[in-house]
Amino acid sequence: MTRDRRLSWINGLLLPLFNVLTAFLATAIVFILINVNPIEATKILIYGAFGYEEGIGYTLYYTTNFIFTGLAVAVAFHAGLFNIGGEGQAYVGGLGTALVALYIDPTLSAWLIIPLGISGGLLFGAMWAIIPAYLQAYRGSHIVITTIMFNFLASALMVYLLVHVLREMGQMSPQSKDFPDSAWIPFVHDVFAGMGYKIAESPLNLSFIIALIFSALVWFFLWHTRWGFAIRATGKSNDAAVYSGINPKKIIVVTMCISGALAGLVGINELMGVQHRLLLDFNYGYGFGGIAVALMGRNHPIGIIIAALLFGILYQGGMDLAFEMQSVSRHIIVVMQGLVILFCGGLEYLYRPILIRFLAPIEASE
Amino acid sequence: MNDLLLNLILTLDASFRVCTPLIFASMAGLFAERSGVVDIGLEGKLLMSAFIAASAATVFSSPWIGLLFAIFASCILAMIHGLASITFKGNQIVSGVAINILASGLTMILTLAWFKSGGITPTLQSDERFLSITLPGVDIIDHIPIIGVIYRELISGHNILVYLAFATVPLVWWVVYRTRFGLRLRAVGENPKAVDTAGLSVEGLRYKALLIGGILCGIGGAYIATAHNAQFTKEMTAGQGFIALAALIFGKWHPYRVLAACFLFGFLDALAVRLQGVVLPVIGEIPVQLIEATPYILTVILLAGFIGKAIPPKASAQPYIKEL
Repeated sequence: MTRDRRLSWINGLLLPLFNVLTAFLATAIVFILINVNPIEATKILIYGAFGYEEGIGYTLYYTTNFIFTGLAVAVAFHAGLFNIGGEGQAYVGGLGTALVALYIDPTLSAWLIIPLGISGGLLFGAMWAIIPAYLQAYRGSHIVITTIMFNFLASALMVYLLVHVLREMGQMSPQSKDFPDSAWIPFVHDVFAGMGYKIAESPLNLSFIIALIFSALVWFFLWHTRWGFAIRATGKSNDAAVYSGINPKKIIVVTMCISGALAGLVGINELMGVQHRLLLDFNYGYGFGGIAVALMGRNHPIGIIIAALLFGILYQGGMDLAFEMQSVSRHIIVVMQGLVILFCGGLEYLYRPILIRFLAPIEASE
Repeated sequence: MNDLLLNLILTLDASFRVCTPLIFASMAGLFAERSGVVDIGLEGKLLMSAFIAASAATVFSSPWIGLLFAIFASCILAMIHGLASITFKGNQIVSGVAINILASGLTMILTLAWFKSGGITPTLQSDERFLSITLPGVDIIDHIPIIGVIYRELISGHNILVYLAFATVPLVWWVVYRTRFGLRLRAVGENPKAVDTAGLSVEGLRYKALLIGGILCGIGGAYIATAHNAQFTKEMTAGQGFIALAALIFGKWHPYRVLAACFLFGFLDALAVRLQGVVLPVIGEIPVQLIEATPYILTVILLAGFIGKAIPPKASAQPYIKEL
């Protein structure tokens, strides 16, 4: 193998693998520090995620949210943008979905209402990303800072709307009235029941299929369309993009809108799929989780589906683990997310000097 | 009239208490960003040190030991950030996000592991906290109208960390603008290559800046849990690290302007608490959420370049790669 071949192996496969393993190892150390046997914990976790039908349903239900936010972060990464605002975009996107579900004529067909609800999520999610995008492209303010600010603004806005505007009469907790039946995305167990198979009830709904469809769309869009090329070109080199006739400012705005729109789909799964009403904090943690998913999945839809599944397993398994073991809370998942972001993201190049020294030394006779 | 004055004084008094952690965190951010390292992880460091301060204060029955441990914990997180963003030239923003999430998760599982509770530490006794200090002369000045009230309510009666925060700002100004280290710090954030060419260590300077930031965030976190409150509660920093970041931008990376921004944001927060449910003449009831959102709105408007322009240090967020 030539040195270049070996370098691409190191950067493309070995480094990400070592990084993920290090994150797992670090989690194991955290387990040991809180006096939990990591092997025992892993067993419970995997059984919780896969051991029984209901568990599998929950795992895939959590996976769905992570696919949406993971795709959102990844699309932005391809244009060299760091969308840290997935949390807020998911929140406001859910508002768009809920508005459709709450105010549309409930006698209409679900075949019409659900696509409109999806469009509402896409639109509102994109809307929440467009101001930071515009400010980055045309006014030079940094997208990371503005999207952080917009996360807080989203939270303030949603609390206000849910407390003062959308709260159901006579209801103490801030939540909207229930969506009409025609705005419910069918549960997978109901779909199976309709076909004559009986499976355990879980929150898993057809949003999972929608997430897979959007993964395929993102893949097609990024690697097989003119726009996708322009986005990746801008991300690789701004100057090269300009020379090839691409307007990076426009690309920034378009990319961020797509990114926000994808994050906005969390509401489809959570609200139309499971809760059937708008409520506070339904988006909690998925926006930031998406960063871990995108980093781990190397910004490729297939990688993202795998990484999202892993986080789905951790979420569901983590719940069972917290239930089984008194000394572990489900927040161990948050720690793990942090470690994945640290080792796959921040410390991405941790092993590179060592690997390059041993596996791809510079040839003496150059 | 007197009522209005007293109300104003009490709101300002609350603002002092609310803006103290913002001052510590934003000064921490100032050192980091002036050296060319973006620090999104202020929030995580505050949260972690709040938790460690409360835990150590409970275990050792002393707020000062709590403070020391908090500073230590915060510095460890700062060094992780340094390792990622200085030594291994990773993405500084990603590393900062990792620190925030890590702190959020660790504080939750450690409260369970150490105190068998989900997200809180035991309530601190009064000798385990920083208590308010009555400044000398309150009785004498109290007789003077207005000034007496101001001295008694506003200036006296805070805990030591509040005074420390306000003393930190001129100190930071002096360090940044009047010492050799400060000159180098500013240079390394604007033009690291020049600093490198002059034979100074870019990495060393950046590590020092992050370490100072770690110490300041540690004090800020300890203040939140062991002075302003009497225990650690789940996610108790509630975005103050991000507000500090906003104040840093709003104050254009200059200590005194940043202090003014912190105070403004603290005042808005105190006002939001006071105005809860109050119906004002003409305007009616102002939604609390709107006042709470104001710091973020103001920062976005500033960033958009509509009220002055916020220009960060030039080399900010860029890892320095030495030429071979």
